[in-house]
Amino acid sequence: MEEKNYLSGLFGGIKTLCIGLKTTLRELFTKKITEQYPENRDELKMFDRFRGSLTMPHNENNEHKCVGCGLCQMACPNGTIKVTSEFYETEDGKKKKRLVKYEYNLGSCMFCQLCTRACPHDAITFDQTFENAVFDRAKLIKTLNREGSKVMEK
Amino acid sequence: MTQEQEKTVAAPSAQEGTVKTAAKVARPAAPAVPAAPAENACDLKTFAPAELRREMERLRREEKMDFLECLTGMDWQEEGLGVIYHLESTETGKRVCLKTATTDRENPLLPSVSDLWDIANIYEREVFDFYGIKFTGHPDMRRIFMREDWVGYPFRKDDDPEKQNPLRMDNEPLADVTETLTLNADGSVTRRENKIFEDGEYVVNIGPQHPSTHGVLHFRVSLDGETIKKIDPVLGYIHRGIEKMNESLTYPQTLALTDRLDYLGAMQNRHALCMCIEKAMGVEVSPRVQYIRTIMDELQRIDSHLLFFSCLCQDLGATTAFLYGFRDREKILDIFEETCGGRLILNYNTIGGVMADIHPNFRKRVKEFIPYMRKNIEEYFDIFIGNVIFHNRAEGVGVLTKEQCISFGCTGGTGRASGWHNDVRKRMPYAAYDKVEFKEIVRTEGDSFARLMIRMDEIRESLSIIEQLIDNIPEGNYQEKMKPVIKVPAGTYYSAVEGSRGEFGVLLESKGDKSPYRLHYRATGLPLVAVMDTACRGNMLADLITIGGTVDYVVPDIDR
Amino acid sequence: MPAAGRPPIGLAGQHLHISFKKKMFDFSVVTTWLHGLLCSFLPEWAAILTESVLVALVIITLYAVFAIVLIYMERKVCAAFQCRLGPMRVGKWGLLQVFSDVFKMLTKEIISMRNTDLFLHNLAPFLVVTASMLTFACLPWNAGAQIIDFNVGVFFFLAVSSIGVVGILLAGWSSNNKYSLIGAMRSGAQIISYELSIGMAMLTMICLTGTMSFSEICQQQYDEGWNIFRGHLPALMAFVIYLVAGNAECNRGPFDLPECESELTAGYHTEYSGMHFGYYYLAEYLNLFICAGMAATIFLGGWAPLHVYGLDGLNGVMDLIPGAVWFVGKTFFIVFLLMWLRWTFPRLRIDQILSLEWKYLVPISMVTLVIMALCVSFNLTF
Repeated sequence: MEEKNYLSGLFGGIKTLCIGLKTTLRELFTKKITEQYPENRDELKMFDRFRGSLTMPHNENNEHKCVGCGLCQMACPNGTIKVTSEFYETEDGKKKKRLVKYEYNLGSCMFCQLCTRACPHDAITFDQTFENAVFDRAKLIKTLNREGSKVMEK
Repeated sequence: MTQEQEKTVAAPSAQEGTVKTAAKVARPAAPAVPAAPAENACDLKTFAPAELRREMERLRREEKMDFLECLTGMDWQEEGLGVIYHLESTETGKRVCLKTATTDRENPLLPSVSDLWDIANIYEREVFDFYGIKFTGHPDMRRIFMREDWVGYPFRKDDDPEKQNPLRMDNEPLADVTETLTLNADGSVTRRENKIFEDGEYVVNIGPQHPSTHGVLHFRVSLDGETIKKIDPVLGYIHRGIEKMNESLTYPQTLALTDRLDYLGAMQNRHALCMCIEKAMGVEVSPRVQYIRTIMDELQRIDSHLLFFSCLCQDLGATTAFLYGFRDREKILDIFEETCGGRLILNYNTIGGVMADIHPNFRKRVKEFIPYMRKNIEEYFDIFIGNVIFHNRAEGVGVLTKEQCISFGCTGGTGRASGWHNDVRKRMPYAAYDKVEFKEIVRTEGDSFARLMIRMDEIRESLSIIEQLIDNIPEGNYQEKMKPVIKVPAGTYYSAVEGSRGEFGVLLESKGDKSPYRLHYRATGLPLVAVMDTACRGNMLADLITIGGTVDYVVPDIDR
Repeated sequence: MPAAGRPPIGLAGQHLHISFKKKMFDFSVVTTWLHGLLCSFLPEWAAILTESVLVALVIITLYAVFAIVLIYMERKVCAAFQCRLGPMRVGKWGLLQVFSDVFKMLTKEIISMRNTDLFLHNLAPFLVVTASMLTFACLPWNAGAQIIDFNVGVFFFLAVSSIGVVGILLAGWSSNNKYSLIGAMRSGAQIISYELSIGMAMLTMICLTGTMSFSEICQQQYDEGWNIFRGHLPALMAFVIYLVAGNAECNRGPFDLPECESELTAGYHTEYSGMHFGYYYLAEYLNLFICAGMAATIFLGGWAPLHVYGLDGLNGVMDLIPGAVWFVGKTFFIVFLLMWLRWTFPRLRIDQILSLEWKYLVPISMVTLVIMALCVSFNLTF
């Protein structure tokens, strides 16, 4: 019995090892799955829902939809967004709020989407950029509203 | 302005940019204070510390409450500091939750139950660490997550950790001596010192920076030659205080942190919290959401088990099999990314639904994936699992009996490998699990090999669950309309899901505010680390890696 | 070791080229010519000294070149097995990757630790490299191109290859690191055990060849056919045993316990940095090459081309390919086999490694030796 176990164990073991060798040999000739990243930049497209960084889309007239209400700032769990707004008087004498500066800190953003969901005007959205590495942390603090932009008239 | 502020926070139509009036927002099934208690409310029986011990012994011995599901420290301020216990009998399935509290904030003492349930040892250390409650009769009363020179108890509502604990630039001291407190009949306390390691023991540090601890985990291992004599886990290297942070976040904000617990169970963790809040509020989510959540949970489970397999291969030196596992996991991550926008941090479930409807390609991709995965599992068997070397390394290594698993609360694949039927999907069906047919995979060997095979069979079972659901996703809303500020009615609630590596529970105590009063997660990994000492004793150093790999813990979930 | 008055290289050809069928290029022509040239204007001792220096330069260059080739090959082969591409970034197909790695290693600081035995700590990598260089010198590259060759060459090879284990043990002991010590102890147990079956496998073949000189072993195989065909079943068994045991001797997976990264981070060389680590790295790959080269010499004919009995045309064509090409080709084939093994199997545990040796390899190699002895004595070999 002992001898039989010894031999069957030996040959059984060798058989399983050969199956393993066969498997790796087969994979030696399969298509490789490596993505050659910087070279394939042109073809590499992220999925639409991928969250790269927060942006505020502007139209061709340099207009955005943000009214500076600050709901996104309140929804944010870790103080990533800082909205600065001011009151101004319209021609007909009403006081209105408008956006001065929309600061967004990519470094502390955790892409929870609470800001985009809180926004009543769809003024902010996530884009698909992913090459976000910088040498200086200060560069991660971005101002999302462009120079001289104003809110879109409805 | 007022219009905008009252707009629904989470309505799906918000994405179309239409401005809604307050009248439209009002939901027909708005949960005014529900008459009946919520489905997952805990019926807490209160015991004074002096009576607790007797009651616990009675429950353990007479009612066979052998599974200590959850032990949560609490600071009820004027009611005092206390603990909530969740117990379950694995024979009858009966569940009990009870609480105890002491008003002494200077020197709070509670009786330990660590001799009744092994897992209470580590849970009580956690409570001591966060609330300063000392457990009399506990063999090892020292801090577990915080540094040993930490001042104060951070989870107490009146504690100010930043003031008392400046950033320390010196190394963390590690205690070699621990203490046991005994409460005498006259109310005095006797201290006894216990040595963790004897003098002259050969203690090797496995971690905190070590290739095979799957994160920043630290084991102090006492060796006799190559044989393990004792393991002392040192935890807390990546403790972030998520539970404490939650107490100052609104409910939607707390969701964002769940993905960062067990990152291989991101979907399920978030599902558990959403479910807990929804049930507490009496919100009914649509069947569509239930189906989507179920499919996503199962995809996540496959993802986790693939990573489990890959890392086990890597730990045992089979680097090639490791990459095969990762190659296939990539497909799931692509599916996730297309629908959720994330690969690891998925951020998908929300209170009352999901973040976005499934992507148009989702069905197609999943259907392509199922046969692909079935084929590739065979390859894993060819290259690694069927291999004689692996058989020798895993069979009979790190055997855990069913009793040990229950006493340590090792749910998930580790418990099922020892013959314990602990699947939450069967015990307390949630989402769409009562609508699908699936087997609960259970083996009886309890060794490392069984633990691997459980996971492999669960991948197959998950594939079949997905196959049953994928074509039958009903139409419906993917997001229920919620109030802009979500408030949970006062009470204590507990919900659990079957995470990738065991029961993931959420204990929510609410005072009716927009933030939770206390949010505790029943970590799946903590019992698995606690059981390592038992599983490894007498095995060899190389087996520590095998056992650690097969019990499958994930450190961010342990450290929270 | 060159005897006085004879050139240190090309000993093989000297007494053999009488019986030599002059088909293959004999490298001893070059060495004899060089010796004569040097002797014409130098005293003999100076000529031998010059030759020794030349040989040393050649061997060090070859050592470095083969290490680089092997490291590149390992990365590419491993990547192909794993559905990857491997290094692609530095140079075309990553060809310059290894050079940049070597450059990096050369520029790195050699960190010395507190409480280490500094002398032994620094000595250990040199012992390992010395051992592998000495064994490297035993390889027969071509007819007549062999650096160390004498009548008990096999014994010499086995003896010097054992010096390496001393280096490993010293490294583990002197590092004052628990991982290193455990790694070194494992390594000691493992290498010493596996030397037994390597010796047995070689002994089996010596039984067939009747000589321990590598040059004669190769010459014989050129004349009569490769040993693995001549010795049929027992030779094949010895070949497999040799490959398994040789893999273990090189500390390569699935026997890479001494440095097994998932348990002991890096085992005996955990505390080494810079070029001291580089020596271990170098020696590891060269040991792989030496192990494969020895298998090629003893079992697959060394530099002897493939001859099929009766097909003189084919044999003639085969003879046109230089012996060095044959040798290196066979060696790389075996290197590929060993890499294939390494990248397929999981690692064994220390007790399993020892039981594999003592319960399987040693008994089987003894049986093989007996079978071979019987075959030889009853003239059952080809």
